[in-house]
Amino acid sequence: MPEDIKPNAKRMSMIVTKGTLDWAYPPFILATTAAAMGLEVTMFFTFYGLTLLKKKLDLEISTLGNPAMKMPMMGMHMVMPNLISTVPGADAVATAMMKNLIKRKGVASIEELRQAAIEAEVKMIACQMTMDLFEYTMDDMIEGPVLGGAATYIETATKSEINLFI
Amino acid sequence: MANQVLDVKGLNCPLPILRAKKALKDMPAGATLQVLATDPGAVKDFEAFCRTTGNELLESTVDGKVYSFVIRRTA
Repeated sequence: MPEDIKPNAKRMSMIVTKGTLDWAYPPFILATTAAAMGLEVTMFFTFYGLTLLKKKLDLEISTLGNPAMKMPMMGMHMVMPNLISTVPGADAVATAMMKNLIKRKGVASIEELRQAAIEAEVKMIACQMTMDLFEYTMDDMIEGPVLGGAATYIETATKSEINLFI
Repeated sequence: MANQVLDVKGLNCPLPILRAKKALKDMPAGATLQVLATDPGAVKDFEAFCRTTGNELLESTVDGKVYSFVIRRTA
């Protein structure tokens, strides 16, 4: 890949650390939008964020430690107390509810946004250390991401106007 | 009349912008694109999109629940 495809473009970099269905949205929404606005975007996937690069996405919502989570239900907003997460299947139910809402409200799926990011030539870096830690190989991942580490990210960040940690 | 019409009614952020960008990419410079959307956030978003990309926002109107944006591809 050539180093500078758009030499005059502004740049944005992101560290993507979370791998739940809800937290997968901010990085992909911002990456695709920034790319559409002409920015050169780099995403660095580390720890649980690395799961967002897997060929088959199987993302779930976690009801634990999500105190502001209120799901619209029967005209009300239902709170999801942490205690609910001890009920077997609670996360699966919350995930199904969220996926239903996503479809009904015309919100893109993560698969769709990820594909849009790839088509927009967003650069993706998979954290080598996390790959090793969680025993993933590049065969588990989609085509496109390159392996790198903290130094690779820092080099990108020093050249970027916007750097986000998500 | 715009050269091309893009209907993104019912789609939510960031899809109207992504679809508009995709459509503009395949249009010649000077051509106009009309985007029809129902996402109220699109009003501010298309202003920001056009300012940042240098494309020209010729028109931003609303008719009931449908927002209409006319963009001239300049960038």
